[in-house]
Amino acid sequence: MANLDSTTTASAGTAVTAEERRQRVKKSLGARHRKERLFHGLGITAVVLALGFVAILFYDVLQRGLPAFQQAQVTVDVYFDPEVIDLGERPVQSPGQSPADYSAQLNGWLRAAALLNWNRLLETSIRTIVPEFEGDARDIAAIIDSSQRFVIRDAFTSDPSLLGQTREFSLLASADADNWLKGTIDRSLPDARQQLSADARALADDLLERGEIRFAFASHLFTNVDSRSAPASAGLAGAFMGSLYMMLIVIVLAVPIGVASAVYLEEFAPKNRLTDVIEITINNLAAVPSIVFGLLGAAVFINYFRLPLSAPLVGGLVLTLMTLPTIIIATRSSLRAVAPSLRQAALGLGASRTQMVFHHVLPITYPGILTAAIIGVAQALGETAPLLLIGMNAFVANIPSSPMDQASALPVQIYLWQGNENRNFFEARTSAAIIVLLGLMLSLNAIAIFLRSRLEKRK
Amino acid sequence: MNTLIITALILAFLGIAYQTGSSRSRALAGTSGRRLHSRPSYHGSAIAIWTLVPLLLLLGAWALLDSYVIRTFITWYLPESLVAEGGNALRASIARVEALATGYGVVGEVQEFERTAAQAVGRFQTTAFLIVVAAATTLAALGLFYARKRITPQFRARNEVEGAVRILLLACSVVAILTTFGIVASLLTEAMRFFSFVNPLDFFFGTVWNPRFSTTGAGGGGEYGLIPLLWGTIQITIIAILTAVPIGLMAAVYLSQYAKPRVRSVVKPLIEVLAGIPTIVYGFFALVTVGPFLASFGDAIGVDIRATSALTAGIVMGVMIIPFISSLSDDIIRQVPTAMRDGSLGLGATKSETIRRVILPAALPGIVGAILLAVSRAIGETMIVVLAAGNSPVLRFNPFEPTSTITVSIVNQLTGDSDFAGPQSLVAFALGLTLFVLTLVLNVGALYIVRRFREQYD
Amino acid sequence: MASGMNFPHAELTPNAEQATDHGAAELAQRSVRVRASDVSVFYGAKQALFDVSVDIPDRAVTAFIGPSGCGKSTFLRCINRMNDTIEGARVGGKIELDGEDIYDPSLDVVELRARVGMVFQKPNPFPKSIFENVAYGPRIHGLIRTKAEAEEVVVSSLRKAGLFNEVKDRLHEPGTGLSGGQQQRLCIARAIAVGPEVILMDEPCSALDPIATAIIEELIDELRENYTIIIVTHSMQQAARVSQKTAFFHLGNLVEEGPTDKIFTNPEDKRTQDYITGRFG
Repeated sequence: MANLDSTTTASAGTAVTAEERRQRVKKSLGARHRKERLFHGLGITAVVLALGFVAILFYDVLQRGLPAFQQAQVTVDVYFDPEVIDLGERPVQSPGQSPADYSAQLNGWLRAAALLNWNRLLETSIRTIVPEFEGDARDIAAIIDSSQRFVIRDAFTSDPSLLGQTREFSLLASADADNWLKGTIDRSLPDARQQLSADARALADDLLERGEIRFAFASHLFTNVDSRSAPASAGLAGAFMGSLYMMLIVIVLAVPIGVASAVYLEEFAPKNRLTDVIEITINNLAAVPSIVFGLLGAAVFINYFRLPLSAPLVGGLVLTLMTLPTIIIATRSSLRAVAPSLRQAALGLGASRTQMVFHHVLPITYPGILTAAIIGVAQALGETAPLLLIGMNAFVANIPSSPMDQASALPVQIYLWQGNENRNFFEARTSAAIIVLLGLMLSLNAIAIFLRSRLEKRK
Repeated sequence: MNTLIITALILAFLGIAYQTGSSRSRALAGTSGRRLHSRPSYHGSAIAIWTLVPLLLLLGAWALLDSYVIRTFITWYLPESLVAEGGNALRASIARVEALATGYGVVGEVQEFERTAAQAVGRFQTTAFLIVVAAATTLAALGLFYARKRITPQFRARNEVEGAVRILLLACSVVAILTTFGIVASLLTEAMRFFSFVNPLDFFFGTVWNPRFSTTGAGGGGEYGLIPLLWGTIQITIIAILTAVPIGLMAAVYLSQYAKPRVRSVVKPLIEVLAGIPTIVYGFFALVTVGPFLASFGDAIGVDIRATSALTAGIVMGVMIIPFISSLSDDIIRQVPTAMRDGSLGLGATKSETIRRVILPAALPGIVGAILLAVSRAIGETMIVVLAAGNSPVLRFNPFEPTSTITVSIVNQLTGDSDFAGPQSLVAFALGLTLFVLTLVLNVGALYIVRRFREQYD
Repeated sequence: MASGMNFPHAELTPNAEQATDHGAAELAQRSVRVRASDVSVFYGAKQALFDVSVDIPDRAVTAFIGPSGCGKSTFLRCINRMNDTIEGARVGGKIELDGEDIYDPSLDVVELRARVGMVFQKPNPFPKSIFENVAYGPRIHGLIRTKAEAEEVVVSSLRKAGLFNEVKDRLHEPGTGLSGGQQQRLCIARAIAVGPEVILMDEPCSALDPIATAIIEELIDELRENYTIIIVTHSMQQAARVSQKTAFFHLGNLVEEGPTDKIFTNPEDKRTQDYITGRFG
């Protein structure tokens, strides 16, 4: 009897029999599985797109920026011709002379040295290499970066005994020459649209053929400061120091304050109005656009406290306030991950709350806190907008020697370089700066990921 | 030299105080035979706090006042006419005296009054330093003796030290409140000053943005209508959200529901790399790569797309937001109980049916919260739009044309200009205030929604 | 309820012989609906189930009992291939539904689950209205096309689940607003609505209070008129009350199976005896 009516056993009360129901289900299957595949495909597409953006962005930056790490450099023998270098002895501090007097005297001598025609030395050297060159001095000057005469001058002023001697120098070719030799500029453009004259272009090609111009690693990218008049010599050292000072300030201020407030809120804070206000404030601060912190810096630190414009100190303070919520939130989540049993065990043994926190909880959350700190520092390192509002986009030609000096920062330097008129040259240079910045940030993030995975493994 | 002396002073007191505390408490415990309430190290720390806090307060006060006091002292020695005149001449004169006093000397003839002033300043600085050091020592010693007298075996040194630690921690968490207060106060005061130049109605409802930098001092000139900037911001935000939400959400769905754990553990951090890239890099990428690509793409299909446009900035900003949406959605989707997923699969639903009809509806409030957070981030984003939106604050409805945003105008109006005299720079604060309020409202709303969502499944 | 099922097994012991005969006789009338042969389950390298072979009779309640972690839920989940959703799970052996291998690659798991419904340990209504909860299954399977059809299915399923009278005025309110017992009956209604042949119940009462449990047990007893039911339970009393056939699992092995009366009164294996007399659990 059971077997006979098995077809209707599962009827849900409708007139549909089980067999009919199975047919209907079967019929819908094809369309449903097609939809399933479509949806699955959409998911994969989304992931591929997201990863594709990462890949394209990195590929684009690398492909644009890597050539900038190689730069055309001219090897020349410079004869320190006494006829050109018509200069007295380098002053020596006499006994009884005040330091102020001496430095005034020395400055006078250096100023006189700066006025000499160092380009003549370079011209002579080049003409020695290529005696048949008939172009004028400007063509020669055009293929050597305008900062390079100062390299020769500085070599002389720091060692005046070079007078009358010959020394080999490896000098940077100018940005225009670099563009021409690398083909960054279209070599088929008519004369009027070329940056270099025909003579200068021919000279550059000639020197390259003779092996006097070589492409070498552009180490000055890391050791020189920014330069407007001599683009080929522009480097990141100043921006790097500016960023470094700001990172130090963030590490010294934001990390301890952030960790301390996270510890207070997570471990000590009584449930009261003040705590609630702090909680809400922190959550909201985390979402305040960075540029608003820049406005805060401009109004409070610069306008009210009269701190200097463009100083890493101010930048560091602004970034500190900006990264504080990030550090607090990340630290709190790692504190929250500590098992309650550990706290109870510590308290149960008669430890005070403070002892429990400092002896038991903090030591095991150490990697988590370190990760939080790194995330905060990385965020600060990449931030640009607030720094523009406190004047850090000013052109600075010195490596800042203290956090109170004018300085730029790596991301701001990228902003400045991308706006440079010499597009052909600075596009690569900007990308190179981006590679440096991304390299720093990626290594910071890699450290954070590594620490986090170690923390997770231990639990 | 002076720094060295002061450091030595601090370290010496630290050591003495700590030693006194711990050995004294130990000795007391020995003679009285009673158990100490707190361990000797706490007694040591308690005394160290009593000794160092007054010492550091005094030194800190001196560090703040030092240069002011010396400058005032110098002016006593300068000719009255010079002091009365003030300005650069006075400042230069003071600087000369200070340079003389340090022994570095100055260039040129040293005037008699400068020499006497420098000598006096030299003497004064030495005396002042000695007085400060003496005062600091006395104060520290007083603190030391007071704290030492309080030591008894019953003395709750640990509680005292922990109280101090707690106050320090509380002070740190108050920094967040101070920051918010600082933001609100500075935005409000400067915006009020702006509104004394420009009628708030003209600002909030004006449709023309044309701030002229008048060369004739403060005031006058220019129109400050917010609407074109607000529209530009909204336009770019919409494009960004339209780019980021489908990709980010589908990626989150794929990673949380389809991907094998190994794939997930590789892909997720890779996508999150996008979140770690500085916005200036996105801006540059938009400017040199995406913009020209879109423009030539537009050429190919016969649409006039400008290289720097709302579209360029919006798409690149969308890419920036993808990881933001995908990790938030991923967290939220994973919070939907597996029981719910199993219930649907157990009924014979396919994976996609389960996701579309059960999981996503269940996660919807949380996802909406995540999108609101993303919107608030897009609105406040600066560098991408500065570089790629074309900086053209004109009310236009074509997304292929250049545009401008609130953040771009803040940068334009305030960059390199710290002189808050005219509406041209003050308007940045009115814009900042608008931005702050917008993001605050979005954020509070989003957090509220997300919290409600979390409670639902707790 | 079936006669004799309400008595605690201790009282049954004197009549063991008779009871066993009775249960066996009832089961003998039933054809086999689901047949498992040598089923093994692995989670990664760990084996959770060892060569389980059992026949599930049609239109009867079969109970799987055993201590926690014995593999009874694992086995249950094999029957509608819910183990597929667990990463790294592998199933060996053969399970047949009406003679069809359900692990055959050509078989569609969606179709299988339409025939083998499942009710879970914790009531898990979807965050939708009561109506939509019940209509969900038929809708995805293309079983209902019109609103009237939907209404008919929903009402009849809720009736069968004994829930209709309690919720008829609030069909469009969220299912999550019901009490635990009502939610579980909603889930049963949801499963019934698809019109399955077999219903798997994974400890359906473990999250419920005694009164709600009694109602569900009564419901299960009524449902066996029309459905083949397999229930996993922690409670021996529940197994004794609602099932006709019982299988005892221990450490991933099927120790013993047979008519419920026999298992509870005259078990063959020492482990079964120890378990039902409460020596371990």
